[in-house]
Order: sequence, then structure tokens, then C-alpha cells
Amino acid sequence: MKIVNNKMIDKISQKNKKSIKDSSISVSLDNVSIKYGNSVAVKNIFCDIKKNQVTSFIGPSGCGKSTVIRAINRMNDLIEGCELSGSVIFEGTDIYAKEIDPVEIRRRIGMVFQQPNPFPKSIYENIAFGARVNGFRGNMDQLVEESLTKAAIWDECKDKLNESGYSLSGGQQQRLCIARTIAIEPDVILMDEPCSALDPLSTLKIEETIHELKRNFTIIIVTHNMQQANRVSDFTAFFNTEKKGKDLGGKVGFLVEFNKTKNIFNSPKQKSTQDYISGKFG
Amino acid sequence: MNYNTKKNLTFNPSLTRNIGNKALTIISSLFAIISILPLVLVISYVLIKGGSYINLETLILEPEPPGDDLLSAGGIGPAITGTFIMTLIASIISIPVGVGGGIYLAEYSKSGKFAKFVRFGSNVLAGVPSIIAGVFIYALIVSTKILFGSMFSGIAGGISLSILMLPTIIKTTDEALKLVPDNLRRAAFGVGASKFTMISNITLPAAFSSISTGILLALARAAGETAPLIFTALFSRYYITSFDDIFYEMGSLSVLIYNFALEPYESQNQLAWAASFILVVVLLSLNILSRWINTHGIFSKNKV
Repeated sequence: MKIVNNKMIDKISQKNKKSIKDSSISVSLDNVSIKYGNSVAVKNIFCDIKKNQVTSFIGPSGCGKSTVIRAINRMNDLIEGCELSGSVIFEGTDIYAKEIDPVEIRRRIGMVFQQPNPFPKSIYENIAFGARVNGFRGNMDQLVEESLTKAAIWDECKDKLNESGYSLSGGQQQRLCIARTIAIEPDVILMDEPCSALDPLSTLKIEETIHELKRNFTIIIVTHNMQQANRVSDFTAFFNTEKKGKDLGGKVGFLVEFNKTKNIFNSPKQKSTQDYISGKFG
Repeated sequence: MNYNTKKNLTFNPSLTRNIGNKALTIISSLFAIISILPLVLVISYVLIKGGSYINLETLILEPEPPGDDLLSAGGIGPAITGTFIMTLIASIISIPVGVGGGIYLAEYSKSGKFAKFVRFGSNVLAGVPSIIAGVFIYALIVSTKILFGSMFSGIAGGISLSILMLPTIIKTTDEALKLVPDNLRRAAFGVGASKFTMISNITLPAAFSSISTGILLALARAAGETAPLIFTALFSRYYITSFDDIFYEMGSLSVLIYNFALEPYESQNQLAWAASFILVVVLLSLNILSRWINTHGIFSKNKV
């Protein structure tokens, strides 16, 4: 069993190495395993994420979707004891190489978090802060308007740009956070369950925003909501967990299936994908 | 049926639990009143007694030597400026060091061994009696004449006060920064901010009100200290006239109270009361100001 597995991994690994040169690939995960201290969270992830497409990560709780997405812009660096093996290739560069500056990575790969987290500053400053940090020299007013428009929130807050970001509703705050991320013009936007704290209407608005953003950005979105994955994404990666051999209760996440969204939802190759999508577990 | 009767639903004051309830409420509120009593008595006594000796002359004149003039003892002007200058010196030293140390503890080394040691150390320092801080600076600076040959000096006084302020400032900065949600840190990193930008632009402003509260409380403590100043700044009856004067003995409100309250002359005692009045007013307003800042902080309302 083990040998077969390793062979399979080698095969995929080789296939992956070829695809690095493929210019339509934005981020490529190559045999990525992530450990928190001694416990393995996810193992052996291979995944090629295409440019200007929406890729969604779905799967039951604790399967490591968020861990994987945070690995893509080195947010895991902030967690003590988090270790990554394998490589994450962003446009031909291994972002975990020693000489790489994580701050630069995060400027190219922006992130929207699960909880809306505007800065305790004015709406205008929320956008301007990131831009300024990144050395933006253009017309700030214009940038703020453009970003808020792209995030579909300009109309709601154009009259109160000087009010605190906290004066907005949860859904608006999340769109403000998206606008803030757009403003720094990253190549990739990571979204970690951006709608989980929001009501259905705000969710719909954010999904519309995602559709708009696809033209200029590569988007990776983690979601618990399968319908949402179906609605917004072009590609879907299904993660699942398996019990670890030794310690009871420990779970390891792994990538079960990665394909076009319509294939995943209409003709999944794995039985567990089929079961998850039809709501049998998770 | 384990319960033989359905009980009446009306409140019955003669039940044991209701009597006990009432008794405990009365006893605990009684103790609460007793605990606040010393504060109210001390403050009102000082305000009434000291307030009656306050006038413009007391506030600006230099104090006369005891026994020189039985009718007038001059004023407490130099002591007020002395206290102000020495707490200023103490703040100049302890605010940057304390806030910097707090930032290190909360942002850079959350649970490292060194951080644990620093935290433990600052807790111990907070418990060190103020007279020890005075003796320490006496041994380090005053008796060695290390500061340009000066012995007792305002600057030595300020340094000894800064030792007392330091632990409070480190601790409040550390705690205040820990209260800033990690969400904000992630948000800052998410838009590509470096750690320095994140701290200076996001977490420090967010913690600003709590940190300034801590600084004000530390100031209030330092301004009222007597023991360390007796060993370091001693006392002076004269206004400082030039910058060099901070290298000489300097008067302060607390030492003035200590010196003059024990004098046999009525006029000196009155000056001590006046000084107590000023000190209490300053400390009270510092405390109230710190409260105000805390409740009008950045997260309390939708402020920008």
C-alpha cells in the first residue's frame, strides 16, 4: 500500500514540476504538509491554482482548508510551532525559500479573513493604510473610490468616508476589508470563509463582488457552504480528514479531489466527495 | 412523588435562604462603606483643612526658614515646580523604556524565557518598597557623585521616581497590547504591513488609551512619593533659576510636607497643609483623567 502511494505521489510530483513553467498557473502546492508542533494538520497536498479563476476549498471542519490557504501567503508564520514541508510555488518562486521576505509575499497575495477586521480608523484610512504601506504614490482619493466601487460598497459609504470602519454593518465591513485588499493590487486574493459571519443578503453581495474581481485577480476561497462553492468557483478542491494511526482523535487533512467545479459537483471521481456533496457527512 | 407539597409561589421573607440573603447583603454593603470611608475622610479633611490656607502668596512664594518669621512662612512655589520637574524627568526616562519594554513583551516575545523573566522582574520591581529605590539611587548616584560631581540633585530624584514608574508602565503596556485583537494584527499583515508598521500604526494607537491610563497612574504614584526623594533630591527652599539647578538639591511637595509638618511652628504646619491640598488635588485629577481617557478610548465608541 505504502509503496503504491509513494509512487503515485512521485508521479504527480513530476507532473507538477512540469506545470510550474505553465504561465496559466498562479500558485502551485507541491507535496505540502503542515504540522502544528508534533501533530500533522494536513499532508501531501498537490494543487495547481489557475490565474484569473476562482478556486474554492471545501471540506468538513478540521480538514485543514484554512491551514492550507494561510500557507499560501505565509500567514502561518504568525502561529508558533507551525511547520511546512514541501513547497508552495508562486509564479515560479518557492515562497518558503530562505531569501524570501514574507512581507513582500503578503503584498502580492492579499487576504480577507473570516471575521471582518477593519482597522480602528476611518473608512478612507482603512483603504489608504495598505496603499501607503505599499508605497502608493498616485491619487489616493481616486484609489479609495475605485477600490470601494470594485468591492461594491462605494454607494453605501461614499458619504461617510471619514467615519469609523466600525460604523458599518458586518457585511459592509467585510466588503470594506475586500476593498482594502484590492487597493494594494495583489495578484492573488485569499478569502478564508469570508461569508461565514454574514447574513444571506450580504453573502450574495460578496459573491457578486467575487465574480467581478475574477477578471483582475486570482481568487482562492475557503468555504463551508457547498452551494457557495458551486456558485462562485471555477475549480474546487475537496479536502477530507482521516484518523491518525497512533493517537486517538487526531485527524490529518488531505486533498481528496481537485477538479473543475462542475466536474466535482456533477461527476465526482471519489466516493467521499460524492458523499460530502450529497450531504451524507460533514 | 419525592416532593410532598406544591409550594406557594409568593415570596416568603421568613425562609432561611431569604433571611441569609438579606443578612449577607447588609453585611457586605456595610464593609463596602467602611472600605471607602478612609479615602473619603482623608480627602475631605485634607481638602477642607488645606484649602483654607491656599492663596496666591502660598502658591508662588519661597518658603521661609522655620523660626525666622513667626507670622509668615512664605509659600510652596519651589516645591510645586520641583515636584513637576522631577516627575517630568522620571517620565522622560520611564515612558520610553516602559512602553518599549511592554511592546517587546507583548509583540515580539510572547512566551519566551527572557520575556517571562522580564515579566517576573517587573512584578518584583513593582513590589519593591519605594525607600529601597531611594537608597539604591543614593548608593549609585548620590554617594558616588557620578553625575558631574553633584550629590543630592533633582535629576537623582527623577531617576529614583522613574524606577517606581517603570513596572506600572511596562505592565499596562503589555496588558493593553495583549487586549488588541489578533484580528487586527492579521489584517495589517494581510495588506503587507511589516511588523514595525503594524505596531506603530495599528496596535499602539489601538492600545493608546489604556497605555496612557497606566502612565497617568504611574505618574500619580511617583508625584506623591516621599521616601526616595529624601535620599536623592533632599530639599531646597529656592526656585530653580537655570538648567544647571537640576544638578542641585530640589524641593518637592511631599518632602515639604514631611519637613514642615513636624516643625513646632504653626505657619510651617499651615504650609504643609497647603502642600497636601495641592498634592491631593493633582493626584485626584490625574486619576480622574486616566478614567476619562479609558472610557473615551478608541474601542469604546465609534471614534476615528
